[in-house]
Amino acid sequence: MRHGPLVSGASLGVARESRAMPAIRRVLIVGNPNVGKSALFNRLTGRYATVSNYPGTTVEVARGRARLPGGVTAEVIDTPGLYSLLPITEEERVAADMLREQPAHVVLHVVDTKNLPRMLGLTLQLIEAQLPVVLVLNLYDEARELGIRVDVARLSERLGIPVVITVSTTGEGFPALLRTLASPVPISSLTVEYGTIIETAIRRIAERLGNGHHPLSARTRAALLLQGDEPERIRLARQRGEGDAADILHIVAETRARLNHSPHYYATLALRARVEEILGECFFTAPRAAQRWRRLADRLCMSPLTGFPIMAAILYFGLYGFVGRIGAGVVVDWLEDRVFEAHFIPWADYAVRRFTPALLHDLFVGEYGMLTLGLRYAVAIILPVVGAFFLMFAILEDSGYLPRLAMLADRAFKPLGLNGRAVIPMALGFGCDTMATLVTRTLETRRERILCTLLLALAIPCSAQLGVILALLSSHPGGLLLWVGVVASVFFAVGRLGAVLLPGDDPMFYMELPPLRWPLPGNVLVKTYTRMVWYFREILPMFLLASVLIWAGQITHVFALTLRAMTPALRLLGLPPESGVAFLFGFFRRDYGAAGLYDLQEKGLLTGNQLTVAAITLTLFLPCVAQLLVMHKERGWRMTAAISGVVLTTAFTVGWTVHQVLQWTGIFL
Amino acid sequence: MVSPRVEEFLENLYLRETEGDRCSRVGDEDNGTTQREAENAGYVVTGPDGKAQLTEAGRALGQRVLRRCRLAERLLHDVLLVRKDRTQSNACAFEHVLQDGLDNRICTLLGHPRVCPHGHPIPEGECCKRAGLDPLNEVSALCDGRPNQTGVVAYLSTRDHREIQKLMALGILPGSDIRLIRLFPSYVFELGHTQFTVDRSLAEKIIVHWRDREDDSSS
Repeated sequence: MRHGPLVSGASLGVARESRAMPAIRRVLIVGNPNVGKSALFNRLTGRYATVSNYPGTTVEVARGRARLPGGVTAEVIDTPGLYSLLPITEEERVAADMLREQPAHVVLHVVDTKNLPRMLGLTLQLIEAQLPVVLVLNLYDEARELGIRVDVARLSERLGIPVVITVSTTGEGFPALLRTLASPVPISSLTVEYGTIIETAIRRIAERLGNGHHPLSARTRAALLLQGDEPERIRLARQRGEGDAADILHIVAETRARLNHSPHYYATLALRARVEEILGECFFTAPRAAQRWRRLADRLCMSPLTGFPIMAAILYFGLYGFVGRIGAGVVVDWLEDRVFEAHFIPWADYAVRRFTPALLHDLFVGEYGMLTLGLRYAVAIILPVVGAFFLMFAILEDSGYLPRLAMLADRAFKPLGLNGRAVIPMALGFGCDTMATLVTRTLETRRERILCTLLLALAIPCSAQLGVILALLSSHPGGLLLWVGVVASVFFAVGRLGAVLLPGDDPMFYMELPPLRWPLPGNVLVKTYTRMVWYFREILPMFLLASVLIWAGQITHVFALTLRAMTPALRLLGLPPESGVAFLFGFFRRDYGAAGLYDLQEKGLLTGNQLTVAAITLTLFLPCVAQLLVMHKERGWRMTAAISGVVLTTAFTVGWTVHQVLQWTGIFL
Repeated sequence: MVSPRVEEFLENLYLRETEGDRCSRVGDEDNGTTQREAENAGYVVTGPDGKAQLTEAGRALGQRVLRRCRLAERLLHDVLLVRKDRTQSNACAFEHVLQDGLDNRICTLLGHPRVCPHGHPIPEGECCKRAGLDPLNEVSALCDGRPNQTGVVAYLSTRDHREIQKLMALGILPGSDIRLIRLFPSYVFELGHTQFTVDRSLAEKIIVHWRDREDDSSS
């Protein structure tokens, strides 16, 4: 077909098939973020993984099966975004590792066609690594709209690999892609000339590395070593012993000393020159402006004059209106009153009392029972709130708005030792701090991840807690205002302090801004559904466990003792001893605590001042068990203990201060 | 055309006249031959104390040589990333090679710098005066551009390996076409068909050779 002149490459390919290949045909999808990799994966496999505009969301690797022509089944693996074979971020490292550790029959390099000049460099790197590369020119519709034309046959010939055009949202080009995946992929012999000094070094290193069984060519590994790739250096030391490695690293050091810039710099320039030379023959652009609405929308989102009002509107209508009013209001009321109170609870109560011994009644249907509290909370309160939030978030994600939000927020986050990227976990934290803590992974340095985790644990109330607190304080507008002011001040003060105290450099901010796109309803719904399922699976056991712990705590009187021990502290905050229940349960679920306060208020046990102090302290108080467990998983127990210490101290100190100030000034809220 | 030795001699005299003796290079290795050569060319006159004094023409040439020297230092330091302590010795050889016209082009390339890497002033040239009237068509950091200005990335002014790697991963390489979109709240620019945003610390490291004047069709 179109890859005629590659007979030598193809024979090489056959030799490589004999390596440790899996019996089933394996396809590895690689490429930059924002090129529609996940959407392509979904269309290939029919299975869903998160599709996203936000660089770095595809942290987890998705696998699926695809049916190819001729009854062949292929395993398809979607790797995290990769800009170059020389990784910078954690995700890129994962992707680069997978190229080595998951030998594939086809490496599908997916690119955004309109940005081919910027992305073809990685194709050349993959080809030089002697991988079975197929180039996919995706998002071809957007390129067409811009008047870009690609001579696919010529490009395929120049590269020596198959090239396919696709539009993953509509399925255009997929039959051809499936046919290509089913047939053997030739290995191209194309190389890039890096200049005498680097070429000599590559040759010397490659000779020492030898052509042993390795998924990447010796030339590529030599080039990576020369460019200071840390993972490759570690692998070298492990495989060849320190002596051999030292010899090779000596060549690297020698070469670096001979160059003014790093070898990476020259290598990238050489790569780019080669890309330009190739594309000069087969990539044609016509000067044509982007769509009007897109440019206008873009400007409105990013100009501070309109951007901040838009941000406020999205937060107000999206978070407060949709998540708070509809999710936490209408849906929760319906589920609670109509489904649980009216039907499920009476029925469960009857069944449990009828069929279990008396000791277990409280465990299942008591005040804090697994069914009356655990299940009811998880299903009737948390799920609708979190579901509404995930829906909102998926729309924002797929529209490409989030990176623009990051761009607007960067300056505000800089004093906190964070950059605009942190806006994503922070915004997510208003939905669920547990999930947000997981997402701090996408931040670049350990320092940023620690600072962000701390702020999430301390001063970002999750949607469940937010809903109850807003309802609680709605009858005390002054209290609500004070609550917002104090929590926001703590957020900035502790963040600033953390940034000053924690050693390390402030982060740089750089980010791709994908074009604003209309979110596809199907994608949004499936993504929301996937996340809700994930959340429910993770969270339901936590709720049930919390119910069991509370039950056990009450039976064994551990809770009563703890509550008594807490009384002096509560007195310092000017709160009645009964409010201790709220704090204690608040640890199991943040919103249990807030709900506990709600009960107290219903009984008329709290004044407006007390309510405000309690709400502030509770918001700042320790995160829930689930978040604590995730913190432990992500940051280790030492850091979790340190953060918990800071959180407890801050919550109590701030609560006490607010109480004192209110008392001294004689303000009644 | 005068010999490099004379040029250096005039440069030293000029330096002593304008900046005093703080420059270590103003050692008097003065031998009579250089001074005589300069005097014959009409650049100096010998005073009553036997010391050379610059004439008008000599002062002008001395200033030009000094300008070339310090521009060369900037070039070596900013673009070729030579360490600061090595720039001077290299620049000394350079200053005699940069014939008139070439210094102005380097000056434009570098964005008409005012001081050398060591902080000493660079005498103004013709091009600097013109640049004062028309700030376009010169080289400056991305953060000093104007919205909708287009240009070509001239070089990356950093030696930090990680920074270079990040910028290059985004496709920001010398020779890339670039269009600045906005400066606030963060720097937004377009490269090919993709938009990127960076903060100031990165924006000041991307040095752009701006195009003459952008026909502003979009706004």
